[in-house]
Amino acid sequence: MNNFEYTRASDVADAVRRIASDPAAKFVAGGTNLIDLMKENVARPSRLIDITHLPLDQIDETQDGGLRIGALVPNSDLAQHPQIEARYPLLGSAILAGASPQLRNMASTGGNLLQRTRCLYFYDTTTPCNKREPGSGCSAIGGINRMHAILGTSEHCIATHPSDMCVALAALEARVLATGRSGERSIAFAEFHRLPGDTPQLDSNLRADEIITAIELPPEGFAKNYTYLKIRDRLSYAFALVSIAVGLDIEGGTIKEARLALGGVAHKPWRNREAEARLEGAPATRENFVRAAETVLREARGFGHNDFKIELARRGILRALAQAARGTPQSQADKRIR
Amino acid sequence: MARPSSAARTGLEKIPTPAKVTVTLHVNGVERKLTIAPWTTLLDALRLYLDLTGTKKGCDHGQCGACTVLVDGRRINSCLTLAVMKDGAQVTTIEGLAQGNALHPLQQAFIEHDAFQCGYCTPGQICSAAGLIAEGRVQTADEIRELMSGNICRCGAYPNIVAAIEAVMFGKATDRSGATGR
Repeated sequence: MNNFEYTRASDVADAVRRIASDPAAKFVAGGTNLIDLMKENVARPSRLIDITHLPLDQIDETQDGGLRIGALVPNSDLAQHPQIEARYPLLGSAILAGASPQLRNMASTGGNLLQRTRCLYFYDTTTPCNKREPGSGCSAIGGINRMHAILGTSEHCIATHPSDMCVALAALEARVLATGRSGERSIAFAEFHRLPGDTPQLDSNLRADEIITAIELPPEGFAKNYTYLKIRDRLSYAFALVSIAVGLDIEGGTIKEARLALGGVAHKPWRNREAEARLEGAPATRENFVRAAETVLREARGFGHNDFKIELARRGILRALAQAARGTPQSQADKRIR
Repeated sequence: MARPSSAARTGLEKIPTPAKVTVTLHVNGVERKLTIAPWTTLLDALRLYLDLTGTKKGCDHGQCGACTVLVDGRRINSCLTLAVMKDGAQVTTIEGLAQGNALHPLQQAFIEHDAFQCGYCTPGQICSAAGLIAEGRVQTADEIRELMSGNICRCGAYPNIVAAIEAVMFGKATDRSGATGR
């Protein structure tokens, strides 16, 4: 780890002032990803601004009947909050599918959005990586890319976003509240993370002087018909090969509204509105699920080791849609997939 | 031979050596004051400066759980947090679980169920299990397995670790084999 200066932010405005005045500074909250990246010399901040004392650890109802989650609420508290368990079980399930209890106790809601890819070349400072060192090349293309993306890739980067929580937030159409020098703004979840394009060093559209203060959930939580299905190399404590978040609003066998988001397949939680639209107004049948999966994966492309992910994702989408339609969400304790 | 300065070796000449920070930790009920570099992890503070070497450094990257301690009653990976960020916190390590000469029930159960071989992961396993019990979410052996998955045992003592935790939580082990019919 490099030498750095440690400071504490006294309030949100102070945090913004401190980050704006030092482009090489970083906020630290849970630390579970940043401190690891610092130990690997991938992150080398000049200064850490500790934001853990800011009053951003509340979960409140919003005026429109949704929920506002403070950016410092630990992942474990969020997953087990009574409102999340009752109204947004998709979010709770996704959180419990990720990391370990120790890490979930530490990791913050805002930090979960900002975690970096676990691409092994991003971590390995002896290899080229456009995300770590723009212009140096991508070692994963033509390298060991079993964990890598099949959708939305570019010639510069095929890394995936590692979060489970964010896949559920994408499906739920959450909004990200951020405060910077020019005040507060609300960012649609779909606009928060970026595709790699020719700037893979940028994971999100959060500005350099901004701090995430909260996540807002709309009133609809799809609590009756949902699932978070995570497929990985071992049953627990592993990143997704493919994960699927589904929320359905079903009336009399017909899907009124459909949300379908994928993790482990792209640089951001992957949604395809066309596939969702194909499901809406249609009966919840396997034939329609097959068409939706085909739509999602039409542009999918493998890079050798990860070719299997295309078929895995297709089957996972079918299984997850069936789980959600049946009202039998994937258990995160008993890992048998039914 | 003169050694090059650390700045020359690491290319950090632009970053001055920051001042040390003073941190107060309440470790196993005892107030401990430390003056340390800000990049000292809680794990290193415990092991190097407080001589509490029961907490183990395994991977040092939050992947193995050997460094698990309880901070304000919650289990965390002490390798992934800075000591300075825990200023004022209550820290419980494996050394703080026994009451005098009486072992903590989990320590006793680990012995009785032969829940370790080399023992390196054991302090983290026991602290993690203490956190698990405090969380109060577990009802089945499957849930113990899932919620202990942040603690790796390379000797493979998992069936007996689960049995030891079950014995403390439910009075007896229901499933010594570790098999669930999968």
